[in-house]
Amino acid sequence: MSTASAAPVQPPANLPPLAAKLRHWLRLFCSEIRIVYLRPRNIAMLGVLAVAPIFLGIVLRVNAPPPGSGGPSGAGEFIGQVTDNGVFLSLLSIAVLITLVLPLAVAIVAGDSVAGEAGLGTLRTLLTVPVGRTRLLLTKFAMIVVFCFSACVLVAGIGLAVGALLFPVGPVTMLSGDTVSLADGLGRLALIVVYVGCGLASLGAIGLALSTLTQHAIGVMAAVLVIVVVSQILDAVSQVAVIHPYLPTHYWLAFDSLLRTPITWSPIWHGLFSFAVYTVIFVGLALARIRSANVTS
Amino acid sequence: MDPDLAIASVGLSMRFRGGQLAVDNIDLAVPPGSVYGFLGPNGSGKTTTIRMLLGLVYPTDGHFRLLGRDGIDGLDQVLPRVGALVEGPAFYPFLSGRENLGRCDAADPVADARTAKARIDRALDQVGLLAAGDKRYRAYSLGMKQRLGIAAGLLQPRDLMILDEPTNGLDPQGTREIRSLVKQIAADGTTVFVSSHLLAEVEQICSHVGVMSTGKLVFQGTMAELRGRGEPRIAIRTADPQLAAKELARLGLADIEADETGPQGDEGPVVTASLGDQEPDVINAELVRAGVRVSGLRCVRPSLEDLFVQLTGEGFDVNG
Repeated sequence: MSTASAAPVQPPANLPPLAAKLRHWLRLFCSEIRIVYLRPRNIAMLGVLAVAPIFLGIVLRVNAPPPGSGGPSGAGEFIGQVTDNGVFLSLLSIAVLITLVLPLAVAIVAGDSVAGEAGLGTLRTLLTVPVGRTRLLLTKFAMIVVFCFSACVLVAGIGLAVGALLFPVGPVTMLSGDTVSLADGLGRLALIVVYVGCGLASLGAIGLALSTLTQHAIGVMAAVLVIVVVSQILDAVSQVAVIHPYLPTHYWLAFDSLLRTPITWSPIWHGLFSFAVYTVIFVGLALARIRSANVTS
Repeated sequence: MDPDLAIASVGLSMRFRGGQLAVDNIDLAVPPGSVYGFLGPNGSGKTTTIRMLLGLVYPTDGHFRLLGRDGIDGLDQVLPRVGALVEGPAFYPFLSGRENLGRCDAADPVADARTAKARIDRALDQVGLLAAGDKRYRAYSLGMKQRLGIAAGLLQPRDLMILDEPTNGLDPQGTREIRSLVKQIAADGTTVFVSSHLLAEVEQICSHVGVMSTGKLVFQGTMAELRGRGEPRIAIRTADPQLAAKELARLGLADIEADETGPQGDEGPVVTASLGDQEPDVINAELVRAGVRVSGLRCVRPSLEDLFVQLTGEGFDVNG
């Protein structure tokens, strides 16, 4: 029976402490990823995300819009181009889903991250293991980031595949009117996926922070969606133009500047800066909250 | 605080934001190697105390030590040596029992991934869930869920197990299984701190006991000390209750009560008195000499149940 005098349990393996620590963080991260991607509800949601580009592709194939039609910005920019070049189905899918469906997916996963564990009671199980509050929260955020990027890659990937299947694929005509090679176009698509992923990750940070406040995941999901919708509405009201740059969704559609030649980088940098600020603030709030919270769930 | 104690606290208190004092200035002393029963009615502060000991909620006052380590600064170092089950088992319903234990093990910052499978199998085996390990947690019975909760505590060798109401909601069969499991854990030298509102359960497995009532620790000591608190009484069944009472008074017994119908209502008059340090056989001889027709004589110690009611007030939920 060893009690007071016994040394604390040493990390196993003959690794330097830092490497051992990293390994344990990685192990928790993998476990986190498994939990999220094995969850039937999340699989269904990713299924919906995958079906959307297929649906859009079939609709546009069956009922092709006149060439050059479409609106001035957002999804409208791409509708008329899809039938000419399948690559645009990928862009169209992102532009359509970014307004509500992708944020919904992020809201569900981020809202569930801590509140869901609290609701199930598994938060107390993990904390008494002890997982470490900081370690748990940062791992959760890493999981959310991975989820955001995987959702974007899924939409873009399926869009590209369906686009290539249903429509011709070739050199890509930019919004500025120039044409770049297919490889260049795909490179820009990849940049767009990264950019949109960053935007969603900043929303995920907001969801994570809200998720530490309650044990009702559904409430967090609703709150995150309300934030997205209100932000988009305010962004459309020119009378409040002064607050537009500070809205969390303001720069989400700025990715279209990656489709001009030459690329206008300034909205992209502004966007990434905005996402970074939101991320730092809300991950910081989440950390402060979880480290001080009394867990009574 | 004695650093050799498995759990020690001084003035430990927890006041909720609403102002309600859930735990009021308690001084726990859990000796190493003991099986410590933490008793009290529902809502007496047991679970809040356990949550404090495990770092889930922060005390608003006082200090505690776990396995000799400070309960605030040293908790992350000491918790890997503590197995815990708080307020019932909590796992992911869509994962199997085995996957759930894998999740717990992945969360453990000192667990070795390479030995995880073997340790999970052993823990499942210890609680008798090896065959059901691949079944989803959702499909487990309540008893299996409780046992999986204990298995999570057995993934590593532990110096201390903290079990909060491990038999809550179980049928007698399940209760027995958990009880033998706790005995087995204790036999391996692990200190066990087990909370319960079930008297019979604590009585059967615990060497030490602490009794909570409305946030206060109203008794703490060995089981024998608790039993010793009860004053033994002598009960005489007799057809001459008046005479018997008079004779007992002459012999110097205190607190004499004559009951014309007896405690069951049908056994005839019974006279009881506090025995003090007198010998019952001497009293019997004296009574007979005085002409009291004694048809029955018993020494009664108050049951643990009576003691608990004395300690915690009426309304103590002794049978669950």
